[in-house]
Amino acid sequence: MTAAVITFPGSNCDRDMAVALEQVTGRSPVRLWHRDTQVPRHVDMIAVPGGFSYGDYLRSGALAARSPIMRAVAEAAARGVPVLGVCNGFQILCEAGLLPGALLRNAGQTFICRTAELEVASTASVFTADLEVGETLRIPVAHHDGNFFAAEEVLDRLEQSGRVVLRYVDNLNGSRRAIAGVANEAGNVVGMMPHPERAVDAAHGGTDGLKLLRHCAALALG
Amino acid sequence: MQVRVHVSLKPGVLDPQGRAVLHALEGLGFDGVQDVRVGRVIDLEVADGTSADTIDAMCRQLLANLVIENYSFTVTEPA
Repeated sequence: MTAAVITFPGSNCDRDMAVALEQVTGRSPVRLWHRDTQVPRHVDMIAVPGGFSYGDYLRSGALAARSPIMRAVAEAAARGVPVLGVCNGFQILCEAGLLPGALLRNAGQTFICRTAELEVASTASVFTADLEVGETLRIPVAHHDGNFFAAEEVLDRLEQSGRVVLRYVDNLNGSRRAIAGVANEAGNVVGMMPHPERAVDAAHGGTDGLKLLRHCAALALG
Repeated sequence: MQVRVHVSLKPGVLDPQGRAVLHALEGLGFDGVQDVRVGRVIDLEVADGTSADTIDAMCRQLLANLVIENYSFTVTEPA
């Protein structure tokens, strides 16, 4: 399996994501730049990493979402290629319209940097398919704008269709319905605020992040 | 010509920044401030004759996020 990691000006988790994906796929990921206009056809999975793309100017993820590479990511997502957006990557996928909702400033106004306990809320996505609903994962968060918002009717629809994939056990940032991660309708695009790539080595304090990356890798290898 | 775009959070969307400003105003002794909402003003210098539809498209496609924000604009200096 070949994964791709996108780098925008201001991304800062791209290298960590590449290391984590190399660990689950056994191959060094393709690195794509924001100005690239194509995702190579042999790419089986795309990661949109965390950071502060374009300095968070205008709104977090707003400018990255309109960059040339994101048009190519949208095309790949429409073909069914799995896409994982983490933290700023989640914000970018929402801004690009690939995922519903938006990420507002944390309700408590502060930047939150700590390990969060997450509950798997749905297995209807390529990244949570081999987990159990109700299973808990310990994965770090580090964000200022992680407060998930969508209109009530959108939230109802997401919950009814199993598209809320991860929830905070302790809703640390004020997200509507404690949502930490959502999927698109097809289940191949997932956005989440916590950083699975920061929990892939015992030295990180845990390896629960691998649980979110391994299924996708196994699918492509199988 | 110059266009001023005003972007604000939709009613019902929590504005923690506005709330913090409200508390700071109270701390300064200003009583009776009931609510504060912090928005954004974007000034555009555009080609003369740019249509309202084009400016509206700019707002919808980039300047505002319609999931959480409302927008309005006025031509501040006509051609």
